[in-house]
Amino acid sequence: MVLEGKKKIEVYDTGGPRLTFSYGPQHPGTGHFRMIVTISGDTVVDLEPDPGFVHRGEEKMAEYKTWITNIPHLERPAILDAAGMVIPYCLTVEKLMDVEIPERAKYLRTIVAELDRIASHLYWFSLYGVFLGHTTMFLWCVSDREFILDISQLITGQRFTHAYYVPGGVRNDAPKQVPKGLVKEFKYYYSRLIGKEPSQEELSEDFNKYVLAVTHFMDLRLDHYYEMFFNSEIFLERVRNIGVLKREDAIKLGVPGTTLRASGVKYDTRVNDPYDAYPFLKFEIPVRNEGDCYARAIVGYQEIRESLKIIRQAVEQMPEGPFKLKQHPVVIKVPKGEALGRAEAARGEIIYYIVSDGTDKPYRLRMITPSFRLLPALKHLTIGARIADIPPIYWSLNYWPVEADR
Amino acid sequence: MTWEKLRKIIDDVKEKFGEDLVREVYVEGKIAKIVVKKESIVEVATYLRDTHKFDHVKGVTGVDLSRLREGGGPYIEVLYHLGSLEDPELDDVILNMSVILDIENPMMNSLYSIWPSVEFHEREVYDMLGVIFNGHPKLERILLPEYWMDIPPLRKEYKVPGRE
Repeated sequence: MVLEGKKKIEVYDTGGPRLTFSYGPQHPGTGHFRMIVTISGDTVVDLEPDPGFVHRGEEKMAEYKTWITNIPHLERPAILDAAGMVIPYCLTVEKLMDVEIPERAKYLRTIVAELDRIASHLYWFSLYGVFLGHTTMFLWCVSDREFILDISQLITGQRFTHAYYVPGGVRNDAPKQVPKGLVKEFKYYYSRLIGKEPSQEELSEDFNKYVLAVTHFMDLRLDHYYEMFFNSEIFLERVRNIGVLKREDAIKLGVPGTTLRASGVKYDTRVNDPYDAYPFLKFEIPVRNEGDCYARAIVGYQEIRESLKIIRQAVEQMPEGPFKLKQHPVVIKVPKGEALGRAEAARGEIIYYIVSDGTDKPYRLRMITPSFRLLPALKHLTIGARIADIPPIYWSLNYWPVEADR
Repeated sequence: MTWEKLRKIIDDVKEKFGEDLVREVYVEGKIAKIVVKKESIVEVATYLRDTHKFDHVKGVTGVDLSRLREGGGPYIEVLYHLGSLEDPELDDVILNMSVILDIENPMMNSLYSIWPSVEFHEREVYDMLGVIFNGHPKLERILLPEYWMDIPPLRKEYKVPGRE
């Protein structure tokens, strides 16, 4: 039988019996997060997000720890995006202390922030894929991510949660050399996946050249991702025209990050309120107008390309010099006052509001994370959708429960 | 440029509302804050949204001022971090609008009808500091467990077990 075109299936609320159930927190599709879903047939007629399962009281904890010992626990809400969590904290503390960090530190911060953004986005796509029945994407993203994390490790000493940023600069400098074993491993991996050996020019133990080679490799792999995932029917059928967030709704609900840009608003803190080395670098802000789950994924995908561009430029332009103002003692005192700082984390704009009363600890530290700001959008998009559309909508928003709960 | 515009907006609000604006903090590059009287918060918020295009709230913060060494007292300050996406001149600044409430009976009008983006943020402030927002559609616990019976944890008098 030949079907004449595709028929749009619509399910209406028949007014019949309704069923209310918990979607999560044990459900593998949500993480540590619950949605209380009410359905009629298979249409969602009501949905109430219920966060808080991984609330750790970061804000209260910050009042008990000193300005420096706050750094490691503040990056816990999104361990893959530790840079995104801590940069605005450092920016805000620097505002309170009235200090300007050295040029080299700005570039190093930018490089690690972009590496974290890529790692975080790759992890996002791996989970996005696996919950839409595309397991290959999970395996590809997670294995390619290793080489990004290796660079993070070379610079900071840790693959993630590196506590690399301190008020006044960064903790240590980038190395000059890359271990031989890593280059050998990368060469093997490169030739197996790309189908040819990397050129001798590219493969060097020099740190800068190695970073350029890895970014080049990731660029080639992104083409593979497009063919395999973003242009595959398995994916497209689940995400196109699903969960459409209109421009005016996106603004009204106050959503940040990729979700906002996928709804046609060109807004990125890296450009609109530039910090660190971003004003010196050239990159585009990917924007789509459709506002559906597909647009949100593609915006994230294009952001990885832009991040690679930023890393390449930053590595080439990075000046020599000191990487922090001075060696801080563990206990510093911050002048009294209040300040507000923000940065673009992988999931969107993150804001810190800090009140200091001149002691060695913050009087009040408030972190406003992008995931928490996605909750109204999640509610808005899922009501009226079908149960099968909840996973694509949920994952396209890139909501991260731990980051929302803090 | 945009900080200058913010300065003008603050002056404009001051001119329009006069005594309703209790205090202002303006340190360029650091923070811009207006402290508004509790009774007129809805009017000021509506004015800022309609006239100056502050179209969304980025977050709501509650601060317990009772232990602040200077300028503290038995009060809770609730700050709304306002942002604008429609006005390209305001995209690199955040205007903070705050209200000072009495710590014994912290109660104010919800701004949900003006900015729907405050829904979960106000719930969090209710949860963490016990501020009651009148007119909020669903003022319930959000991050703390439903069985939480202690005082709100972000109040300074709350002691974290094992820490003090």
